[in-house]
Amino acid sequence: MPLVKEQRSSPDSAAIIDFPPEASSLAIRGLSLAYGDKSALNNLTLRVPRHRVTAFIGPSGCGKSTLLRVLNRLHDLNDEVVREGEVMLEGEDIHAPEVSVAELRRRVGMVFQSPNPFPMSIHDNVAFGLRLQGGLSKRKRDDIIEWALRSAALWDEVKDRLRASAWSLSGGQQQRLVIARTLAVGPEVLLLDEPASALDPISTLKIEELIRNLKSHLTLVLVTHNMQQAARVSDYTAFLQQGELVEYAPTDTLFTNPRLARTENYITGRMA
Amino acid sequence: MDITSDIHSQHISRQFNQELDELKTHLMAMGGLVEKQVQDAVGALLDRDSELGQRVVDNDRAVNDMQIKIDEECTQVLARRQPTASDLRLVLAVIRAASDLERIGDEASKIARNAIDLIESDSGNRGFVEVRMISEHVRRMVRDALTSFARLDTELALKLVHEDDEVDNEYGSAMRSLMTFMMEDARSISPVLSVMWILRALERIGDHANNLAEYVVYLVKGLDIRHTDPEDLDKDMFERNP
Repeated sequence: MPLVKEQRSSPDSAAIIDFPPEASSLAIRGLSLAYGDKSALNNLTLRVPRHRVTAFIGPSGCGKSTLLRVLNRLHDLNDEVVREGEVMLEGEDIHAPEVSVAELRRRVGMVFQSPNPFPMSIHDNVAFGLRLQGGLSKRKRDDIIEWALRSAALWDEVKDRLRASAWSLSGGQQQRLVIARTLAVGPEVLLLDEPASALDPISTLKIEELIRNLKSHLTLVLVTHNMQQAARVSDYTAFLQQGELVEYAPTDTLFTNPRLARTENYITGRMA
Repeated sequence: MDITSDIHSQHISRQFNQELDELKTHLMAMGGLVEKQVQDAVGALLDRDSELGQRVVDNDRAVNDMQIKIDEECTQVLARRQPTASDLRLVLAVIRAASDLERIGDEASKIARNAIDLIESDSGNRGFVEVRMISEHVRRMVRDALTSFARLDTELALKLVHEDDEVDNEYGSAMRSLMTFMMEDARSISPVLSVMWILRALERIGDHANNLAEYVVYLVKGLDIRHTDPEDLDKDMFERNP
């Protein structure tokens, strides 16, 4: 796969990579967010390239999860949150009044740290979103369910027990089930918030392999504390600290020769 | 970003600091031994001391052992720490440097063996002036390369990259004058060939010192300058690190 063509913006932000708008899936401009009077994100501007894996890394409280949550409007119901700036998905403002939050979340799926399958069968978990959408024959729905479970690399393990409870699966299988449930409704972007931090090493590798395979048709954004994981699976890495975007570069460069001392100190485990 | 010499001792994990520190210490110890080997090998020839020559040949084993030890330590750091950025570059630079030092050790041993042959055949001292001159030059290069490694001094390292060309020139003209000896007197062919092997070994030591200097630039700046024309280097460094 050819690399996305890169372009650097002004010399002041030499440590922040930019992408042409036509190669980007998400564009974030001047985004600030505060919980009450506590600032969490401070004037972030970056683009997320389409069909690539972008990792957000940084110390606890740096704002990486907050940023991920803004991308499918999980903060909407929190009255304390004050937000400025904009997030464009394929050129459309996700906060525009005419945007349906349900539709946005179909296009921008999210997977959380601990697997959260619904208390129902494996089959029904994946069918859940499709039933909500309605308008599909049972046959068509079952085709999509098989496709989603195959895409999530779970089909071979569950095809003989689709009616079994989702809770009977192991943690790693549950996480892949949740990914299948998200894939079933046909998202363009998949947000992954520490998707493997509650899993054993083998399950973690399966999730990482899955991430690599999914980028052929999805844009993936990964938040992780595990820097080796970011280094293994992502194409681009953004380092955040205290709500600011410090450095954003191809993963190859960021982990071998970061431009800024702040990045170097964090990824090599030095005292700041 | 350029790194400074205290950078590898600032980790939250003190154990990690210590491991990286040991890598550097062991590399410097190996460098010191190798430097001594070169000095003794050339000294054996110039002072006609075949016992000293034999000691150099015997000591090569110690150099090899040090390389293996350093490689093992680097493997451990890679496996246990998964180093990144300047830490990763340090480990890679140390592995490469140990390999070049080991080969300098091999060249020293080669010089010593040829010196023993020359001393035992008692065949005059044609070419010794050239050996003395070039050996002083390359020994200084090895010393400076190790110093630049210890201090992370890229200026000194870059100076060495340019110096290697001078050694190559000196080597070329020494070979031409030795060729004249051989043409003038067929009986001198065998001893002069031994001197040529020694000069060749010294020239190779200069190349290895040059490699060491390149690793320093890689370690400090993250730039791989191997296979870059020395003429383009200064410009390149300035452009990439304004």
